[in-house]
Amino acid sequence: MRFRFQSIKSSFWIAIWFMMLTFPLIVIKVNTIEQEIIWRFQNMIWMGICIFLIALLMQQLKQINLNQIKGLYIYQSLKHTKAVFVSYSRQWFIIVCFLAIFFPFLVSAYQINIMTTAMIYVVLGLGLNIVVGLAGLLDLGYVAFYAVGAYGYALLNYHYHINFWLALPFCAMLSALFGVLLGFPVLRLRGDYLAIVTLGFGEIIRLILENWNDFSFGPSGIAHIPRPPIFGWETNLQTASIFMYYLMGLMVLFTIFMVNRLQNSRIGRAWIALREDEIACQAMGIDRTKTKLLAFALGATWAGLMGAIFAAKTTFINPACFTFLESAIILSIVVLGGMGSILGVMIAAFILILLPEYLRAFSEYRMLIFGASMVLMMVFRPQGLISHMSKQYLQSSKQS
Amino acid sequence: MFSDTFSDTLLYFIELFLSGLTRGSIYALIALGYTMVYGIIELINFAHGEIYMIGAFTALIVSGIMTMYGYAGLSVFFTAMIIAAFYSSAYGYTIEKIAYKPLRHSPRLSPLISAIGMSIFLQNYVMLAQTSDFMPFPSLIPDFECLALIDYMIGGPELIILITTVVVMAGLSILIKFTRIGKAMRATAQDKTMAMLVGVDINQMISITFIIGSALAAVAGVLIASYVGQINFYIGFIAGIKAFTAAVLGGIGSIPGAVLGGLVLGLTESFATGYVSSDYEDVFAFALLVMILIVRPSGLIGRKTTQKV
Repeated sequence: MRFRFQSIKSSFWIAIWFMMLTFPLIVIKVNTIEQEIIWRFQNMIWMGICIFLIALLMQQLKQINLNQIKGLYIYQSLKHTKAVFVSYSRQWFIIVCFLAIFFPFLVSAYQINIMTTAMIYVVLGLGLNIVVGLAGLLDLGYVAFYAVGAYGYALLNYHYHINFWLALPFCAMLSALFGVLLGFPVLRLRGDYLAIVTLGFGEIIRLILENWNDFSFGPSGIAHIPRPPIFGWETNLQTASIFMYYLMGLMVLFTIFMVNRLQNSRIGRAWIALREDEIACQAMGIDRTKTKLLAFALGATWAGLMGAIFAAKTTFINPACFTFLESAIILSIVVLGGMGSILGVMIAAFILILLPEYLRAFSEYRMLIFGASMVLMMVFRPQGLISHMSKQYLQSSKQS
Repeated sequence: MFSDTFSDTLLYFIELFLSGLTRGSIYALIALGYTMVYGIIELINFAHGEIYMIGAFTALIVSGIMTMYGYAGLSVFFTAMIIAAFYSSAYGYTIEKIAYKPLRHSPRLSPLISAIGMSIFLQNYVMLAQTSDFMPFPSLIPDFECLALIDYMIGGPELIILITTVVVMAGLSILIKFTRIGKAMRATAQDKTMAMLVGVDINQMISITFIIGSALAAVAGVLIASYVGQINFYIGFIAGIKAFTAAVLGGIGSIPGAVLGGLVLGLTESFATGYVSSDYEDVFAFALLVMILIVRPSGLIGRKTTQKV
């Protein structure tokens, strides 16, 4: 690899451009009350150096011939390793399950809680994956259904003392109902309009929860939501969190099973076909409205279930838990994982939720990195970390 | 007695009407950016609200520095506005090059997700670079003496906002209707391939669209910030959605539609908060958006489009 003068020069100008662009915001900080200006020139220098290096790297990468890489020994061996890894997928699955079963006995309650949260996001990601990944409907208000589930359980419990297990299916149905209610009028809209309407819907739900004090107790939220009872046993904090962990583990397995079965079913194939070409689908006799509504309702069902579990896990909810940010996190899980791919979504959820927990220093840059990674994924790898492989039908050897 | 209450009611109505008009013209300014971008590349530019926010922040910084060196009044206001418009345009141009240009031929969902990512990125960039608190914004527009007689109805800031909006919109219409660039832009919006064949530089036209839209957003940002008096990194989100509502209301892709939609939205919000309840201010906008999309997706003066195979 050679560094050509041309690429160094253009990287330099790109760096200058970005330094100019970011100059007022990252260098100057004005305090209008105490009438003082803080100059932070070191930021600009860092910005310039980073942009220069990135631009240079990009230009170098552009020069590399793809076929050259494919010939390299390391690429071949990596490919081989991947093939071996994939061929033992059943064994890997069993090992991961075993590790997951013994996990709570090896670590502290804090770790268990983080893992439970991560699993909630896995299920949410898989739920949104039905809507966005399979059916191709961009839903930016997914968190509304999550909120419906959480508030459903919290309010039912507050007013009628209904226990968790009875409330859970009810919350799921309530969310599905909301999904249909929202979906029915807007489904004939085109993709980008749908995104905006769902975004508006999510905000409406949050604003109503925030302002309707008599109904939802306003911004202060609802506290002391009981944890799920376990056959009348006495529980302390430790056992309760372990129990939540196993409950979520089962939910994850159940969701994977369901989504997997759905994907290869008649409905799932109809969703994928609708995503690819709506008009062709209608010509083939697929009921567009019904199929889309089903996707919306099923996605909402999972959000509702998770909402109830979330409320029971944290024992406290308020409208601030259900902002657009939450929707954006779930969406970036789906996008990063690869739309339509179950394994990809799971891996992305663990990365996006666990990484900021363990790398505390980076936690304030979390959303910055989320946003940047969404753009970068779309530009460089639109199929996600692990792309969805559609089912292949092989001809059996007897016939040939 | 009767006449007293009647004149009070009338005054209240006029007050609400004028504040609605002020708000509406701000929405219209932002909505123009949405509508122009949508008209030319059929993309909802989610990051547009963030450009407006960046404009407001740039203006805050410029005006902060200038007031510290002893300048005051309208000179600060116009300098801040020009610099903010310049920076926002630069941001708009760069965003288009990074996040949208590589995706011009991908499926519809890809640039949309990219735009959402860009919006989240810019929000957090400003939050980390500046602050997450509300920043007080100096009121740059003085109260004019000549308005003293009717200042219970309209103040200096409102008047300046209305005048600026009218001037900017007139300039934009002239640019689009009568200049060479405007003609090329309209051609690009109608048919990209055909425009390319007759020698229009498509990429340049798209860049210009982003630059103009961003500059308008920055103007709106400076106006609203000095009107409301405080800004934070999150203002772009709500303003963006509302402006989008305005754009859809008028029929997305149409420039007079955006102005009409902005004014209708502003008035609706103003009257709804004045006569119904102020708690649900944002709910009205969203509900209006949902209703419009359900009842008349092509907007008030938009054309109906049929999907082509």
